[in-house]
Amino acid sequence: MAKVIGGVFTSHVPAIGGAIQRGAQNEPYWKPFFDAWPPVREWLDVQQPDVVIMFYNDHGLNFFLDKMPTFAVGAAPVYRNEDEGWGLHPFPIPPGHTDLSWAIIEKLVEEEFDITTCQDMAVDHAASIPLALAWPGREAPVRIVPITINTVQHPLPSAKRCLALGRAVGKALAEWQGPEKIMVMGTGGLSHQLDGERAGFMNAEYDKFCMDNLSSDPDALTRHSVHEMVELSGTQGVEVLNWIAARGALGATARELTRTYHIPISNTAAAVMVLETEAAVQSGKASSEAIPAMA
Amino acid sequence: MASAANKPIPGTHIFDGAAAQKGYALNAMCYSFNSAANRDAFVRDEAAYIDKFQLTPEQRAAVAARNVLQMIAAGGNVYFLAKLAGILGLNVQDLGAQQTGMSVDAFKQMLLDQAKTPAAREAIRG
Ligand SMILES: [Fe+2]
Repeated sequence: MAKVIGGVFTSHVPAIGGAIQRGAQNEPYWKPFFDAWPPVREWLDVQQPDVVIMFYNDHGLNFFLDKMPTFAVGAAPVYRNEDEGWGLHPFPIPPGHTDLSWAIIEKLVEEEFDITTCQDMAVDHAASIPLALAWPGREAPVRIVPITINTVQHPLPSAKRCLALGRAVGKALAEWQGPEKIMVMGTGGLSHQLDGERAGFMNAEYDKFCMDNLSSDPDALTRHSVHEMVELSGTQGVEVLNWIAARGALGATARELTRTYHIPISNTAAAVMVLETEAAVQSGKASSEAIPAMA
Repeated sequence: MASAANKPIPGTHIFDGAAAQKGYALNAMCYSFNSAANRDAFVRDEAAYIDKFQLTPEQRAAVAARNVLQMIAAGGNVYFLAKLAGILGLNVQDLGAQQTGMSVDAFKQMLLDQAKTPAAREAIRG
């Protein structure tokens, strides 16, 4: 029986990819962010996930404004990371898991989510950088199911809808009869704003509210409208919608294992968190080492 | 451009349907810059490239002025504009500095300083 072991939540700022490709991880500017990852990787080493359900938003690689799906689910055997125009070299992307993609698609439509399906899909830095952070220097040893949420062109789906989407994905995962260990990733955010006279805006208080509630009370994150979320977290801070959806896929209970918050990475308040479910391998190793890092 | 129910957020431009319609040509040009060959073509002959995408006069003026706020006013979306900015050698701190009227150093310092607020210290502690 498949098991959903937990989730890794992270910022996906393009500059992180640049730092990886330059080997700048130990520079003073970057070290606080990259220091978040050894405990994450220890947890992954113990858990050995087989599949990643990747909740993220496309930034103008796979989707242009000619066709802009609110929610799209990848169902491709292979995915490509490509040139996005500003100099990042493509990262290796692991293969797809088409049978699981279609099981998720079936369940989502049954649950009345009118999604778009993609059998040919480029995945951008919002998927490639998190995978490169979790499994550095190699293609991630997993298969993936990418799920995109429109955080680009308003109207965006509400936080409530994104949480419900994630929960419906969670139902599909719970019903999946394969032997895989499944994890989710939710990428983007936290607070940042690239555009307008308010560029450079961050909001540590709202970010803390999101991080504090993500594991124990994700519904708390749905109390704000998208417009209020833009006001609180910035025009691009709304990418926390991806985190909310990913959290939904973990089911009712999830335990916070690690948390790192750092200002700034580029224009962004960056965060990395691991949440695990009761189905996670209870080695105790990753958690006992990670908890002091949270204190 | 926010809908009637939402009060405007100072310094913030919601990329909604009105902006997406207005900005379509500019954003389409920027989307084409995912291709290195297209970036080269823009650098070789900017005027011809802009003609091909039928930018509006407002969009042409904004691009000619390298003015991000004008590009946004003309319907540009920052995720697409970032691809043009890459050609121009500008990163998101350069864009931020230009939009806020700060020097790039002052803008970067403003970002760094946000780690020092009480709320940030509390969030960093966890
Ligand atoms: Fe993003």
